[in-house]
Amino acid sequence: MKLRRVRAIARKEFIHIFRDPRSLGMAIAIPMLLLMLYGYALTLDVDNVPLVVWDQSASQASREFISRFDGSRYFSVRGYVRTYREVEEAIDSAQALVALVIPRGFAGRIESGRPASVQLIVDGSDSNTATLAVTYADAVALAYSQQVAVGQIQRHGNRVPRAPLEFRPRVWFNADMESRNYIIPGLIAVIMMVIAAMLTSLTVAREWERGTMEQLISTPVKGRELILGKLIPYFSIGLFDVLLAVLMGEFVFRVPLRGSVALLFTCAAIFLAGAMSLGLLISIVTKSQLLANQLAMVMTFVPALLLSGFVFAIANMPKPLQLITYLIPARYFVALLKGIYLKGVGLEILAGEAALLTLFGAAMVLLANITFKKKLV
Amino acid sequence: MRERLKHMLIKEFIQVFRDPRMRAVIFVVPVLQLLVFGYAVTTDVRHVATAVYDLDNSVTSRELVSRFVESGYFDVVEHVGSETRARALLDRGEVRVVLRMDKGFEEDLRAGRTAQFQTLVDGTDSNTAGIVLGYSAKITGQFSQEVLNAQLRRLLGSTRQPGQVELQTRAWFNENLESRNFYVPGVVAMIVTLVTLLLTSMAVVREKEIGTMEQIMVTPITPAEFILGKTLPFALFSFVDVIIVALVGVLWFEVPIRGSLGLLLLATALYLLTTLGIGLLISTVSQTQQQAMMTTFFFFMPAVLLSGFMFPIANMPRVVQWLTYLNPFRYFLVIIRGIFLKGVGPSVLWPQMLALVIMGLVTLWLASRRFRKTLA
Repeated sequence: MKLRRVRAIARKEFIHIFRDPRSLGMAIAIPMLLLMLYGYALTLDVDNVPLVVWDQSASQASREFISRFDGSRYFSVRGYVRTYREVEEAIDSAQALVALVIPRGFAGRIESGRPASVQLIVDGSDSNTATLAVTYADAVALAYSQQVAVGQIQRHGNRVPRAPLEFRPRVWFNADMESRNYIIPGLIAVIMMVIAAMLTSLTVAREWERGTMEQLISTPVKGRELILGKLIPYFSIGLFDVLLAVLMGEFVFRVPLRGSVALLFTCAAIFLAGAMSLGLLISIVTKSQLLANQLAMVMTFVPALLLSGFVFAIANMPKPLQLITYLIPARYFVALLKGIYLKGVGLEILAGEAALLTLFGAAMVLLANITFKKKLV
Repeated sequence: MRERLKHMLIKEFIQVFRDPRMRAVIFVVPVLQLLVFGYAVTTDVRHVATAVYDLDNSVTSRELVSRFVESGYFDVVEHVGSETRARALLDRGEVRVVLRMDKGFEEDLRAGRTAQFQTLVDGTDSNTAGIVLGYSAKITGQFSQEVLNAQLRRLLGSTRQPGQVELQTRAWFNENLESRNFYVPGVVAMIVTLVTLLLTSMAVVREKEIGTMEQIMVTPITPAEFILGKTLPFALFSFVDVIIVALVGVLWFEVPIRGSLGLLLLATALYLLTTLGIGLLISTVSQTQQQAMMTTFFFFMPAVLLSGFMFPIANMPRVVQWLTYLNPFRYFLVIIRGIFLKGVGPSVLWPQMLALVIMGLVTLWLASRRFRKTLA
């Protein structure tokens, strides 16, 4: 391994990149744009669920009950309907996600101390939003029932009973449960995974396809030197991207960075080296840009999006699939980033993830070196 | 015209099928993807790992914990004896919830004082945390209600219940609120988009880069024939892919398909028009395959993330919501979910279908115009 030859290859690659400013711009500007756009746009918070009401009771009690829905920030009453058909229409056309049907005898039943059943119709197609809406509605109904019970105790016993149980939820690591705090660290990982693998996946395939590989073969450069030389420029671009992303997380989105910055960048560097070697590996194995492109997309973006725990929590997946996620390097990086950002924990807890990430990086670098044959076949 | 088109088509088919790996990419990978991702896409929160920090250790506190377990949403994995241990478990992510009851919990309840009950939730995954909090609030709420009812009964000396509201929830279109039913049609749509975009975006630029474009230019083929010859094979493959993947979704994942199959195929055809148009446009605009690939990707990623596939559009900022109207994937997602889950027909879905037709025609027109220019 001669440093001089590595440097020569790296210089050649740099020239390649800078000569095509569009690719360079994309490699730097696009990740930032994406983070900017998604950081603002993506949220799983459910507020102001549109609600229609069919109030058959039309009484003081039912209006009081409805106002509890309208008063909470989770629901907003969009209209009142008078027939079942209208309820159907509102939900079919997605004007409302939830319909509340209050029966005729609502007030009487509440007054006389019998249970009154209220129907809640939910558009279940978006199961996540629907689940949240149902739990909010349950909370509203429970609070109302408690108030009724308290009122009755007061009337009969001439004393105000205390609430029996105070539910004191405390949310750690993300006290306001801002989905932004949870999405942005994951988003950095997903974007980096894709950029890294994509930047490199074409570089060897391009040499083969254009025939310039023959020229490289005729030079004294060794396989290892070639791979290292090709990695260096892309690696520095990738690291620069990470730096920009972290700065944006800090100053634009104000995501709390509670852990060590040094650890964050070390992990990012290992991850980038691994992901880029994976890109190179794809490139070496396929020798065709079309196929390299296909594989890079199929193997990086979609798994990084769906299997990394970015949005879909790994703990909620079936067991066999949880095992498969161990093959997805983005999984470790997402876990590390979330740990460092939100929990502020260090290596003492993240050691397992860090070790596996390093293993992945080393394996990829090694594989890329082994598979690359400086031969004309 | 037909003769020239035929030869173009033959050439394209040969080119695709010559590489066995390409065949795999087109026909096998989509199915594998659906099988894996179909299982991954779940936001159902069940069996949340829970630790109990019960300082009271009384009948009542145990009763409350057992309510959590019986709900099916919480699995108690450990009874912890100290705050430090609870913190360590949360830090390591081994549990996501800690239920904590202080000393005197039962005492307070009996004496009619307010008893404190604390739930510590790991908020890193804010969505799961929100659902977990909702479930806990419901369980504790019901528990308090029962305590109040008991007080009232004692007061009135009868078995009479206080009036209360029973919420009877019915979820339409997805009775058990299975997240799989919502996401699998989306994954089907996503896989189809990916395959078509990838195939077509490389179609023209590849010829340019390898240099075979010049050979094509000296033949008497017209731009329209060329574009058509490039589009038709991929349209065919994509169509086959849609059918295969949709079948896997219905037969393997048992996602209900309530609407008409004919409408699904029609809508797919309209959608393919758009994706093929966009792919070709990217291909004619790009000089190298690397550029084409980057551009494809930077179309695909926002198309997926800003479509309502995972993140509801209604929650996005206004400006971004307007932006999503330019996203064909958004419309196809509404259609495919409408047909699968809601079983709605053209009377509801026509605006989306119209949007797809317009976008398809515009992009194809742009692509062939742009292509003519590159030739000149």
